[in-house]
Amino acid sequence: MLPSPSPLLQASVKIPVPSELPGRQRLVAILLALGILLTVLELVRQRKLREEYSALWLATAGFLLLLAIEYRVLLWITDLIGAVLPTSTLFFGGLVFLILLSLQFSVRLSRLTYRSRAQTRRIAFLEERIRKLEEGTDPAREEEGEDPRRDGA
Amino acid sequence: MEETSRPAAAALRRPRPLKGVHPGRRTLVVIPAKDEAANLPSLLTEVARFHPLGEVLVVDDGSRDETSRIAGRLGCRVLRHCFNLGYGSTLLTGYHYALQHDYRYLVQIDGDGQHPPAAIEALLAPLIAGEADVVIGSRYLNGGNPETGRLRRLGALPLAWIASLWTGTRITDPTSGMQALRREAVLELCSDGFPDDFPDIDVLIHLHRKGFRLREIPVSMRPRRHGRSMHGGLRALYYFFRMAVCLLLLPVRRSSPYRRQRLSAAGS
Repeated sequence: MLPSPSPLLQASVKIPVPSELPGRQRLVAILLALGILLTVLELVRQRKLREEYSALWLATAGFLLLLAIEYRVLLWITDLIGAVLPTSTLFFGGLVFLILLSLQFSVRLSRLTYRSRAQTRRIAFLEERIRKLEEGTDPAREEEGEDPRRDGA
Repeated sequence: MEETSRPAAAALRRPRPLKGVHPGRRTLVVIPAKDEAANLPSLLTEVARFHPLGEVLVVDDGSRDETSRIAGRLGCRVLRHCFNLGYGSTLLTGYHYALQHDYRYLVQIDGDGQHPPAAIEALLAPLIAGEADVVIGSRYLNGGNPETGRLRRLGALPLAWIASLWTGTRITDPTSGMQALRREAVLELCSDGFPDDFPDIDVLIHLHRKGFRLREIPVSMRPRRHGRSMHGGLRALYYFFRMAVCLLLLPVRRSSPYRRQRLSAAGS
Protein backbone atom coordinates (compact mmCIF):
# COMPACT_ATOMS: atom_id res chain seq x y z
CA MET A 1 0.00 0.00 0.00
CA LEU A 2 1.33 3.40 -0.92
CA PRO A 3 1.76 5.89 1.87
CA SER A 4 -0.51 8.88 1.62
CA PRO A 5 1.18 12.18 0.71
CA SER A 6 2.57 14.07 3.66
CA PRO A 7 0.45 16.92 5.04
CA LEU A 8 3.12 19.34 3.94
CA LEU A 9 2.87 18.23 0.35
CA GLN A 10 -0.91 18.35 0.45
CA ALA A 11 -0.71 21.85 1.78
CA SER A 12 1.75 22.89 -0.90
CA VAL A 13 -0.56 21.69 -3.61
CA LYS A 14 -3.12 24.16 -2.41
CA ILE A 15 -0.75 27.12 -2.65
CA PRO A 16 -2.24 29.30 -5.37
CA VAL A 17 0.02 29.64 -8.36
CA PRO A 18 0.12 33.33 -9.31
CA SER A 19 -1.08 33.97 -12.81
CA GLU A 20 1.71 36.45 -13.39
CA LEU A 21 5.03 37.28 -11.76
CA PRO A 22 4.74 39.97 -9.06
CA GLY A 23 6.21 43.25 -10.25
CA ARG A 24 9.17 43.42 -7.85
CA GLN A 25 10.20 39.79 -8.46
CA ARG A 26 10.06 40.45 -12.15
CA LEU A 27 12.22 43.53 -11.85
CA VAL A 28 14.82 41.70 -9.80
CA ALA A 29 14.90 38.78 -12.23
CA ILE A 30 15.31 41.07 -15.23
CA LEU A 31 18.08 43.06 -13.54
CA LEU A 32 19.87 39.88 -12.51
CA ALA A 33 19.67 38.44 -16.01
CA LEU A 34 20.88 41.66 -17.58
CA GLY A 35 23.66 41.89 -15.01
CA ILE A 36 24.95 38.40 -15.83
CA LEU A 37 24.60 39.03 -19.54
CA LEU A 38 26.51 42.30 -19.46
CA THR A 39 29.21 41.00 -17.10
CA VAL A 40 29.87 38.00 -19.31
CA LEU A 41 29.94 40.10 -22.46
CA GLU A 42 32.26 42.61 -20.82
CA LEU A 43 34.61 39.84 -19.65
CA VAL A 44 34.70 38.43 -23.16
CA ARG A 45 35.35 41.90 -24.54
CA GLN A 46 38.27 42.37 -22.17
CA ARG A 47 39.58 38.95 -23.20
CA LYS A 48 39.37 37.78 -19.61
CA LEU A 49 36.89 35.09 -20.51
CA ARG A 50 37.33 32.88 -23.52
CA GLU A 51 34.39 32.71 -25.92
CA GLU A 52 34.15 28.96 -25.53
CA TYR A 53 33.42 29.26 -21.82
CA SER A 54 31.00 32.14 -22.25
CA ALA A 55 28.44 30.10 -24.20
CA LEU A 56 26.91 28.34 -21.24
CA TRP A 57 26.80 31.54 -19.20
CA LEU A 58 25.19 33.54 -21.99
CA ALA A 59 22.63 30.84 -22.58
CA THR A 60 21.69 30.90 -18.91
CA ALA A 61 21.41 34.67 -18.75
CA GLY A 62 19.33 34.72 -21.90
CA PHE A 63 17.07 32.01 -20.57
CA LEU A 64 16.61 33.82 -17.27
CA LEU A 65 15.71 37.00 -19.15
CA LEU A 66 13.17 35.12 -21.22
CA LEU A 67 11.57 33.67 -18.10
CA ALA A 68 11.43 37.03 -16.37
CA ILE A 69 9.78 38.71 -19.33
CA GLU A 70 7.49 35.92 -20.39
CA TYR A 71 6.00 34.25 -17.30
CA ARG A 72 3.95 31.83 -19.41
CA VAL A 73 7.14 30.08 -20.56
CA LEU A 74 7.97 29.33 -16.94
CA LEU A 75 4.46 28.02 -16.31
CA TRP A 76 4.66 25.90 -19.42
CA ILE A 77 8.01 24.37 -18.35
CA THR A 78 6.70 23.82 -14.83
CA ASP A 79 3.82 21.90 -16.29
CA LEU A 80 6.16 20.03 -18.64
CA ILE A 81 8.49 18.69 -15.94
CA GLY A 82 5.63 18.03 -13.54
CA ALA A 83 6.64 20.52 -10.88
CA VAL A 84 4.03 22.13 -8.70
CA LEU A 85 5.44 25.57 -8.16
CA PRO A 86 7.18 27.76 -10.75
CA THR A 87 9.75 28.54 -8.07
CA SER A 88 10.90 24.94 -7.92
CA THR A 89 11.33 25.01 -11.69
CA LEU A 90 13.66 27.96 -11.27
CA PHE A 91 15.65 26.22 -8.55
CA PHE A 92 15.78 23.04 -10.56
CA GLY A 93 16.96 24.96 -13.60
CA GLY A 94 19.68 26.64 -11.59
CA LEU A 95 20.84 23.32 -10.25
CA VAL A 96 21.01 21.76 -13.71
CA PHE A 97 22.95 24.74 -14.98
CA LEU A 98 25.49 24.49 -12.15
CA ILE A 99 25.94 20.77 -12.71
CA LEU A 100 26.53 21.29 -16.43
CA LEU A 101 28.97 24.08 -15.77
CA SER A 102 31.04 22.15 -13.25
CA LEU A 103 31.03 19.09 -15.47
CA GLN A 104 32.39 21.26 -18.25
CA PHE A 105 35.06 22.51 -15.89
CA SER A 106 36.02 18.98 -14.87
CA VAL A 107 36.46 17.97 -18.48
CA ARG A 108 38.59 21.02 -19.17
CA LEU A 109 40.63 20.37 -16.06
CA SER A 110 41.30 16.80 -17.11
CA ARG A 111 42.52 18.01 -20.46
CA LEU A 112 44.70 20.67 -18.90
CA THR A 113 46.16 18.10 -16.52
CA TYR A 114 47.14 15.88 -19.42
CA ARG A 115 48.67 18.79 -21.24
CA SER A 116 50.60 20.22 -18.33
CA ARG A 117 52.03 16.79 -17.58
CA ALA A 118 53.06 16.36 -21.18
CA GLN A 119 54.65 19.78 -21.12
CA THR A 120 56.53 19.14 -17.92
CA ARG A 121 57.85 15.94 -19.47
CA ARG A 122 58.83 17.76 -22.63
CA ILE A 123 60.68 20.39 -20.64
CA ALA A 124 62.58 17.65 -18.80
CA PHE A 125 63.65 16.14 -22.13
CA LEU A 126 64.71 19.48 -23.52
CA GLU A 127 66.67 20.41 -20.40
CA GLU A 128 68.56 17.15 -20.60
CA ARG A 129 69.27 17.77 -24.26
CA ILE A 130 70.54 21.27 -23.56
CA ARG A 131 72.78 20.02 -20.78
CA LYS A 132 74.27 17.38 -23.03
CA LEU A 133 74.81 19.89 -25.80
CA GLU A 134 76.56 22.30 -23.43
CA GLU A 135 78.79 19.52 -22.21
CA GLY A 136 79.45 18.56 -25.81
CA THR A 137 78.18 15.05 -25.20
CA ASP A 138 74.90 15.16 -27.01
CA PRO A 139 73.91 11.50 -27.23
CA ALA A 140 72.25 11.88 -30.61
CA ARG A 141 75.40 13.41 -32.12
CA GLU A 142 77.68 11.01 -30.37
CA GLU A 143 75.97 8.03 -31.92
CA GLU A 144 75.94 9.59 -35.30
CA GLY A 145 79.61 10.52 -35.07
CA GLU A 146 80.48 8.17 -37.90
CA ASP A 147 77.54 8.84 -40.15
CA PRO A 148 77.98 12.48 -41.19
CA ARG A 149 81.59 12.00 -42.21
CA ARG A 150 80.69 8.99 -44.22
CA ASP A 151 77.81 10.85 -45.80
CA GLY A 152 79.92 13.90 -46.58
CA ALA A 153 82.83 12.04 -48.10
CA MET B 1 64.49 9.15 -44.35
CA GLU B 2 67.21 11.41 -45.66
CA GLU B 3 69.61 9.12 -47.44
CA THR B 4 73.34 9.17 -48.05
CA SER B 5 73.37 11.57 -51.00
CA ARG B 6 72.57 14.57 -48.78
CA PRO B 7 75.36 17.06 -48.07
CA ALA B 8 77.31 16.80 -44.83
CA ALA B 9 75.81 19.91 -43.25
CA ALA B 10 72.32 18.51 -43.51
CA ALA B 11 73.44 15.20 -42.11
CA LEU B 12 74.99 16.95 -39.15
CA ARG B 13 71.74 18.66 -38.40
CA ARG B 14 69.82 15.42 -38.44
CA PRO B 15 68.25 15.43 -35.02
CA ARG B 16 68.53 11.87 -33.77
CA PRO B 17 69.34 8.37 -34.92
CA LEU B 18 66.81 6.55 -37.01
CA LYS B 19 65.21 3.45 -35.69
CA GLY B 20 67.21 0.30 -36.21
CA VAL B 21 70.42 2.14 -36.96
CA HIS B 22 71.80 1.58 -33.49
CA PRO B 23 70.77 -1.84 -32.30
CA GLY B 24 73.48 -1.89 -29.66
CA ARG B 25 71.43 -0.24 -26.94
CA ARG B 26 69.91 -2.81 -24.66
CA THR B 27 68.83 -2.10 -21.13
CA LEU B 28 67.87 1.11 -19.40
CA VAL B 29 67.40 1.16 -15.65
CA VAL B 30 64.82 3.78 -14.72
CA ILE B 31 64.80 5.11 -11.16
CA PRO B 32 61.90 7.39 -10.28
CA ALA B 33 63.01 9.53 -7.36
CA LYS B 34 61.46 12.25 -5.29
CA ASP B 35 63.52 13.78 -2.50
CA GLU B 36 65.81 10.77 -2.40
CA ALA B 37 69.12 12.59 -2.14
CA ALA B 38 69.91 10.63 1.03
CA ASN B 39 69.19 7.23 -0.51
CA LEU B 40 70.59 7.75 -4.00
CA PRO B 41 74.38 7.53 -3.47
CA SER B 42 74.33 4.11 -1.85
CA LEU B 43 71.64 2.85 -4.22
CA LEU B 44 73.53 4.00 -7.29
CA THR B 45 76.82 2.57 -6.07
CA GLU B 46 75.06 -0.72 -5.69
CA VAL B 47 73.38 -0.47 -9.07
CA ALA B 48 76.78 0.24 -10.64
CA ARG B 49 77.96 -3.21 -9.60
CA PHE B 50 75.33 -4.79 -11.80
CA HIS B 51 74.71 -2.21 -14.47
CA PRO B 52 76.76 0.66 -15.97
CA LEU B 53 75.57 3.96 -14.48
CA GLY B 54 75.66 5.54 -17.93
CA GLU B 55 72.63 3.44 -18.77
CA VAL B 56 70.75 4.46 -15.65
CA LEU B 57 68.11 7.15 -15.89
CA VAL B 58 67.08 8.93 -12.73
CA VAL B 59 63.79 10.75 -13.17
CA ASP B 60 63.60 13.45 -10.56
CA ASP B 61 59.96 14.23 -9.85
CA GLY B 62 60.32 17.83 -8.77
CA SER B 63 62.48 17.14 -5.73
CA ARG B 64 63.28 19.94 -3.34
CA ASP B 65 66.64 18.44 -2.44
CA GLU B 66 69.75 17.65 -4.41
CA THR B 67 68.37 14.48 -6.02
CA SER B 68 69.04 15.38 -9.63
CA ARG B 69 72.43 16.96 -8.95
CA ILE B 70 73.66 13.92 -7.05
CA ALA B 71 72.43 11.58 -9.75
CA GLY B 72 74.10 13.66 -12.42
CA ARG B 73 77.38 13.83 -10.53
CA LEU B 74 77.42 10.07 -10.19
CA GLY B 75 77.17 9.77 -13.95
CA CYS B 76 73.52 8.90 -14.45
CA ARG B 77 71.29 10.30 -17.09
CA VAL B 78 68.90 12.69 -15.39
CA LEU B 79 65.51 14.03 -16.33
CA ARG B 80 63.95 16.53 -14.00
CA HIS B 81 60.27 17.41 -13.74
CA CYS B 82 59.88 21.06 -12.84
CA PHE B 83 56.69 20.15 -10.96
CA ASN B 84 55.86 17.17 -8.86
CA LEU B 85 53.78 15.00 -11.19
CA GLY B 86 53.44 11.81 -9.18
CA TYR B 87 54.87 8.34 -9.36
CA GLY B 88 53.07 7.13 -12.47
CA SER B 89 53.96 10.19 -14.50
CA THR B 90 57.56 9.86 -13.44
CA LEU B 91 57.69 6.29 -14.69
CA LEU B 92 56.03 7.35 -17.91
CA THR B 93 58.76 9.91 -18.48
CA GLY B 94 61.29 7.10 -18.14
CA TYR B 95 59.29 5.00 -20.60
CA HIS B 96 59.28 7.79 -23.16
CA TYR B 97 63.01 8.21 -22.73
CA ALA B 98 63.64 4.51 -23.26
CA LEU B 99 61.57 4.55 -26.44
CA GLN B 100 63.29 7.64 -27.80
CA HIS B 101 66.68 6.13 -27.21
CA ASP B 102 65.80 2.71 -28.58
CA TYR B 103 66.37 0.59 -25.51
CA ARG B 104 65.21 -2.98 -25.89
CA TYR B 105 64.61 -3.64 -22.20
CA LEU B 106 63.66 -1.42 -19.34
CA VAL B 107 64.05 -2.13 -15.64
CA GLN B 108 62.40 0.13 -13.10
CA ILE B 109 63.43 0.27 -9.47
CA ASP B 110 62.32 2.75 -6.84
CA GLY B 111 64.69 5.44 -5.68
CA ASP B 112 64.21 4.71 -2.00
CA GLY B 113 66.51 1.69 -1.97
CA GLN B 114 63.80 -0.87 -1.21
CA HIS B 115 64.48 -2.78 -4.37
CA PRO B 116 67.77 -4.68 -4.38
CA PRO B 117 69.78 -3.88 -7.53
CA ALA B 118 71.20 -7.40 -7.29
CA ALA B 119 67.85 -8.62 -8.63
CA ILE B 120 68.13 -6.67 -11.89
CA GLU B 121 69.76 -9.62 -13.64
CA ALA B 122 67.08 -12.01 -12.44
CA LEU B 123 64.34 -9.67 -13.64
CA LEU B 124 65.91 -9.38 -17.08
CA ALA B 125 66.56 -13.08 -17.57
CA PRO B 126 63.00 -14.10 -18.60
CA LEU B 127 62.86 -11.12 -21.00
CA ILE B 128 66.12 -12.00 -22.68
CA ALA B 129 65.20 -15.66 -22.83
CA GLY B 130 61.95 -14.64 -24.53
CA GLU B 131 59.82 -16.31 -21.88
CA ALA B 132 57.97 -13.21 -20.75
CA ASP B 133 57.33 -9.61 -21.77
CA VAL B 134 56.82 -8.12 -18.35
CA VAL B 135 58.57 -9.37 -15.22
CA ILE B 136 57.46 -8.29 -11.76
CA GLY B 137 59.63 -8.55 -8.68
CA SER B 138 57.44 -9.86 -5.88
CA ARG B 139 58.22 -9.62 -2.19
CA TYR B 140 55.57 -12.18 -1.33
CA LEU B 141 56.45 -15.00 -3.69
CA ASN B 142 58.37 -17.84 -2.05
CA GLY B 143 61.89 -16.70 -1.46
CA GLY B 144 60.74 -13.18 -0.78
CA ASN B 145 60.30 -11.76 2.70
CA PRO B 146 56.63 -11.73 3.67
CA GLU B 147 57.34 -10.01 6.98
CA THR B 148 57.53 -6.56 5.42
CA GLY B 149 54.40 -4.57 6.18
CA ARG B 150 51.63 -6.87 7.27
CA LEU B 151 48.96 -4.22 6.78
CA ARG B 152 50.15 -3.50 3.29
CA ARG B 153 50.02 -7.19 2.52
CA LEU B 154 46.41 -7.32 3.70
CA GLY B 155 45.49 -4.40 1.47
CA ALA B 156 47.23 -5.83 -1.54
CA LEU B 157 45.73 -9.28 -1.20
CA PRO B 158 42.33 -8.67 -2.86
CA LEU B 159 44.05 -6.80 -5.67
CA ALA B 160 46.44 -9.69 -6.11
CA TRP B 161 43.52 -12.09 -6.36
CA ILE B 162 41.74 -9.97 -8.93
CA ALA B 163 44.90 -9.63 -10.99
CA SER B 164 45.67 -13.34 -10.78
CA LEU B 165 42.15 -14.33 -11.80
CA TRP B 166 42.00 -11.85 -14.62
CA THR B 167 45.37 -12.54 -16.13
CA GLY B 168 45.51 -16.25 -15.44
CA THR B 169 49.01 -15.76 -14.04
CA ARG B 170 49.81 -16.04 -10.38
CA ILE B 171 50.43 -12.51 -9.17
CA THR B 172 51.18 -11.96 -5.51
CA ASP B 173 52.59 -8.44 -5.45
CA PRO B 174 50.78 -6.33 -8.05
CA THR B 175 51.81 -3.05 -6.43
CA SER B 176 55.48 -3.85 -6.85
CA GLY B 177 57.40 -1.01 -8.43
CA MET B 178 60.21 -3.31 -9.40
CA GLN B 179 59.53 -4.46 -12.92
CA ALA B 180 61.26 -5.21 -16.17
CA LEU B 181 59.57 -4.61 -19.49
CA ARG B 182 60.26 -5.40 -23.08
CA ARG B 183 60.30 -2.47 -25.49
CA GLU B 184 57.00 -3.47 -27.06
CA ALA B 185 55.31 -3.40 -23.66
CA VAL B 186 56.80 0.03 -22.97
CA LEU B 187 55.51 1.24 -26.31
CA GLU B 188 52.05 -0.06 -25.50
CA LEU B 189 52.05 1.76 -22.16
CA CYS B 190 53.23 4.97 -23.78
CA SER B 191 50.65 4.79 -26.55
CA ASP B 192 47.88 4.29 -24.06
CA GLY B 193 46.83 2.64 -20.89
CA PHE B 194 49.23 3.99 -18.35
CA PRO B 195 47.66 5.82 -15.44
CA ASP B 196 49.82 8.73 -14.47
CA ASP B 197 48.94 8.83 -10.78
CA PHE B 198 49.19 5.35 -9.29
CA PRO B 199 49.91 2.53 -11.71
CA ASP B 200 48.62 -0.74 -10.33
CA ILE B 201 46.96 -3.94 -11.41
CA ASP B 202 45.09 -2.10 -14.13
CA VAL B 203 48.43 -1.78 -15.92
CA LEU B 204 49.09 -5.51 -15.59
CA ILE B 205 45.59 -6.38 -16.74
CA HIS B 206 45.85 -3.96 -19.64
CA LEU B 207 49.12 -5.53 -20.75
CA HIS B 208 47.64 -8.99 -20.40
CA ARG B 209 44.66 -8.00 -22.53
CA LYS B 210 47.05 -6.75 -25.19
CA GLY B 211 48.69 -10.16 -25.28
CA PHE B 212 51.84 -9.52 -23.27
CA ARG B 213 53.06 -12.36 -21.06
CA LEU B 214 53.48 -11.55 -17.40
CA ARG B 215 55.78 -13.32 -15.00
CA GLU B 216 56.54 -12.86 -11.33
CA ILE B 217 59.82 -13.67 -9.70
CA PRO B 218 60.67 -13.54 -5.99
CA VAL B 219 62.71 -10.58 -4.81
CA SER B 220 63.61 -9.87 -1.22
CA MET B 221 62.95 -6.23 -0.55
CA ARG B 222 64.45 -4.08 2.15
CA PRO B 223 62.99 -1.44 4.40
CA ARG B 224 63.71 2.05 3.17
CA ARG B 225 66.56 3.83 4.89
CA HIS B 226 65.73 7.51 4.73
CA GLY B 227 62.64 9.57 4.18
CA ARG B 228 58.98 8.69 3.94
CA SER B 229 57.12 6.35 1.69
CA MET B 230 54.46 7.66 -0.68
CA HIS B 231 51.74 5.22 0.41
CA GLY B 232 49.50 5.66 3.39
CA GLY B 233 46.80 7.89 4.85
CA LEU B 234 43.94 9.23 2.79
CA ARG B 235 45.89 8.42 -0.33
CA ALA B 236 45.16 4.75 0.26
CA LEU B 237 41.41 5.40 0.29
CA TYR B 238 41.48 7.39 -2.91
CA TYR B 239 43.65 4.71 -4.35
CA PHE B 240 41.09 1.98 -3.75
CA PHE B 241 38.36 4.12 -5.19
CA ARG B 242 40.39 4.79 -8.31
CA MET B 243 41.12 1.10 -8.62
CA ALA B 244 37.42 0.27 -8.53
CA VAL B 245 36.56 2.81 -11.23
CA CYS B 246 39.47 1.65 -13.34
CA LEU B 247 38.59 -2.02 -13.11
CA LEU B 248 34.92 -1.41 -13.86
CA LEU B 249 35.72 0.62 -16.94
CA LEU B 250 38.75 -1.30 -18.12
CA PRO B 251 36.97 -3.62 -20.56
CA VAL B 252 35.06 -0.78 -22.23
CA ARG B 253 37.56 2.01 -21.96
CA ARG B 254 38.58 3.91 -25.08
CA SER B 255 42.06 5.14 -25.70
CA SER B 256 42.65 8.63 -24.46
CA PRO B 257 42.34 11.38 -27.04
CA TYR B 258 44.99 13.42 -25.24
CA ARG B 259 47.45 10.57 -24.98
CA ARG B 260 47.81 10.42 -28.72
CA GLN B 261 48.72 14.07 -28.93
CA ARG B 262 51.17 13.64 -26.15
CA LEU B 263 52.89 10.67 -27.74
CA SER B 264 53.35 12.46 -31.01
CA ALA B 265 54.63 15.48 -29.14
CA ALA B 266 57.11 13.54 -27.03
CA GLY B 267 58.31 11.28 -29.78
CA SER B 268 59.25 14.03 -32.21
